[in-house]
Amino acid sequence: MNGVLSTTTIVAALVLAVWYLVRTALDRAPSRLDLIACVVLSVLVAVLVVVAVAGLFGGDRPADTGTFAGYLVTTIGLMPTALILAKMEPTRWGNLILGIGCLIVPVLVLRLQQIASVTGA
Amino acid sequence: MPEKTPSETTVRPADAALGSGVGRVLLLVYGVFALSASARALVQISTHFAEAPLAYLLSAFAGLVYIAATVGLARGGPTGRRIALASCTIELLGVLAIGTLSVLDTGDFPDATVWSNFGSGYGYVPLVLPFIGLWWIHRHKPTPRDHGKG
Repeated sequence: MNGVLSTTTIVAALVLAVWYLVRTALDRAPSRLDLIACVVLSVLVAVLVVVAVAGLFGGDRPADTGTFAGYLVTTIGLMPTALILAKMEPTRWGNLILGIGCLIVPVLVLRLQQIASVTGA
Repeated sequence: MPEKTPSETTVRPADAALGSGVGRVLLLVYGVFALSASARALVQISTHFAEAPLAYLLSAFAGLVYIAATVGLARGGPTGRRIALASCTIELLGVLAIGTLSVLDTGDFPDATVWSNFGSGYGYVPLVLPFIGLWWIHRHKPTPRDHGKG
């Protein structure tokens, strides 16, 4: 797992989470900017996942490759799913959906790092 | 007054779907738990089932309960509401029972389900979630009746 990329993703997700939670507290529906920010985070996460998948083909493979792959699928799918749900919910709760999605991203990235650090022969 | 998107200002219609508003937020959280709990159970059962069969079966059961809750919320209507109500109730009883058992008897109960130690491995979200779910379903009573517990 790429350290710099992971850290950037985690920090970006947490900053956006605070933003979305503030927007929820202010009773705002997701604006165009909110949705674009979510797309940007989704792209960042996608890059992280692609780099991780590339790593699977060269070099150290995590001991628990199946679980690692499962987490990769979940990670890449999370923010787009949150985005679709948020677009269906043009109320403050749409922003809460995006905020919760952003809080789950760091957990997934940390789990990926944990699993990746245990390499098996 | 500055322009404001109408959400809290407009009243939520009485026949609004169970899976909209807060319900859609719950849909995402339940969906994530449905996925993580069942995937975890799948890995446990397929790789080292013999180590703790009871815990892993409970893990799978928890996954099914979360899937049922997600489906109930997404489906909506009287049937969806009933499914969601039943699964949230089972979820609440499950997290309380497994949580208590795992705290009292760590030896017999390896830390292996979403509900172990009241869901401490998942930021206690599994403990809080059924309360929010039941509150939301209760608020969604089709016909307004006197106050009671959901």
